[in-house]
Amino acid sequence: MRNTYVQFLVSFVALAAAPFVLSLFHLNLLSEILILAIFALSLNVLVGFTGLVSLGHAAFFGVGAYTAAVVAQNVSADMFVTLGLAVAGSFLLAAVIGMFCIKVSGFYFLMLTLAFSQMIYSFIHQSTNLTGGSNGLSGIPRPEMGSFIFGNPVLIFYLVLAVFFVSYAVLRMIVKSPYGQVLVGIRENETRVKSMGYNTGFYKYSAFILAGIFGGVSGALYTYFNGFIAPSDVYWTMSGTALIMVLVGGAGTMLGPVLGAALIVVLETIVSSYVDQWMLVLGLVFITFVVFFPKGIVGIGQSLYKNAVKKKPVYEKKKSRAA
Amino acid sequence: MSMDNILTISSVGKSFGGLHILKDISLEVKKGERIGIIGPNGAGKTTFFNLLTGDLAPSTGEIYHYEENITKQPNYKRARNGIVRTFQKNNLLNELTVLDNLLLVLQRKRGLGRVWYKPRGARKYPGLYEEADELMNKWGLYHQRDIVVKNLSYGEQRQIEILLGVATEPSILLLDEPTAGMSQSETDYIVDLLHKLPRDLTLMIIEHDLDIVFGLSDRMVVLYDGGVLVEGRPEQVRMDKRVNEIYIGSGDEATC
Repeated sequence: MRNTYVQFLVSFVALAAAPFVLSLFHLNLLSEILILAIFALSLNVLVGFTGLVSLGHAAFFGVGAYTAAVVAQNVSADMFVTLGLAVAGSFLLAAVIGMFCIKVSGFYFLMLTLAFSQMIYSFIHQSTNLTGGSNGLSGIPRPEMGSFIFGNPVLIFYLVLAVFFVSYAVLRMIVKSPYGQVLVGIRENETRVKSMGYNTGFYKYSAFILAGIFGGVSGALYTYFNGFIAPSDVYWTMSGTALIMVLVGGAGTMLGPVLGAALIVVLETIVSSYVDQWMLVLGLVFITFVVFFPKGIVGIGQSLYKNAVKKKPVYEKKKSRAA
Repeated sequence: MSMDNILTISSVGKSFGGLHILKDISLEVKKGERIGIIGPNGAGKTTFFNLLTGDLAPSTGEIYHYEENITKQPNYKRARNGIVRTFQKNNLLNELTVLDNLLLVLQRKRGLGRVWYKPRGARKYPGLYEEADELMNKWGLYHQRDIVVKNLSYGEQRQIEILLGVATEPSILLLDEPTAGMSQSETDYIVDLLHKLPRDLTLMIIEHDLDIVFGLSDRMVVLYDGGVLVEGRPEQVRMDKRVNEIYIGSGDEATC
């Protein structure tokens, strides 16, 4: 099981079998988890690997989702067109916003990303002709591929699953590459990385764009999945939720955001069916993790694993941070 | 500026607001030369280094690397072109292993920094990992290869600072108080290590322990109150009245 390809294959087969096992309700839940997992993974490139805490990631999700929706309604529902333009849209947005946000760091980065994303939100909220304003867009045609239509939730699930695996594999490859290690270096100590001869501005900017693109991909998938999109999905609380997923799952790991997304979606579904105050419960979960398990679900898993396999305590050997 | 000058520093000064930290400093550094920089606290030694590495921009004057005017060049470009520094306070990637710290330096040297499509690993980048292992072996640090830097002692981290500095084979290495905050035995070890540096490596070293600088340097520069007080061979500086005065006067070590 140590082999990455084997792990990939096993989890892919297991997930691909889901439609045969799960009810439609649970299958939809799984689709939603995978979509939000891509969203959290993309944010994790910034937060977990580069050390840039963004509170504006919903902007890319929203631009991806709305682009896919508007294009599907007015131009073509072909998946290559809608997804391609969603990626192009979020790329452009990230390229523009990134130029400004990368100039600052820490608290100012957080506030600047928040400000930009709220600008996008109000644009979407007010451009009634284009986006339907506060009503959002509904009746969005299902994605097509040539003459094939992803017409039911099972087909949508397989589409989401395929995109999820491609996104996961690509992001994993990138964060483990020499380029990705420079990002980790910037997270740890940007001054040092600069004095090693790296133009850290370039790395932060490209990481910002990378995160934006995959944020847009998840947004487009969300439109495919829901057939409906509303401005609330671009609101800053959406960015906050993604941030919580990353932190609860384990920032700076690949598996963390996926587990975080799963936990939050499952919690929301279960808890909100019993109590109205689901946000209260989410808050408690978040606080518990931040105080007691700052390394998230993955961190808990690692320490359990460490205890199971007896460990010499003298020097803490480094565990590979990316699962 | 002559061809064999690695650095030519011409009337460089630095002010913060109305405060003149450095005034009108000129210095030529020849290839292979080892220059010791001493001076009491607040003389502007570290500021001087920051100007050379591009961590600060000079207010006046110009700096040349060989024949290239680098006064306005950003710090990462200077590092790439061979002006490399160590820091007065340990400034490493604390959550990463010694190996990962070193790999980051070496992958830059090999121009691999922007390779995003091939995960890093010993099998995929054999030359890179071999070079890292060789370097650690050479400096006797191989046993720390997989240890996370924050778990090393202060003195051990200091050695890693120097290791990262020499790893890229810089054209000039700026050492900012390499023995600061170390015990006597750790200091001895570092001094030993510095003496083992290749003789053709150009060095500039700031150090409070005068015995160490006198032993290492070909030439000494004494900074005082933002200017060059004395410049000359170690013997000359050792005998200089003014140098003795400021060191005794400021209550610093007067061991010279």
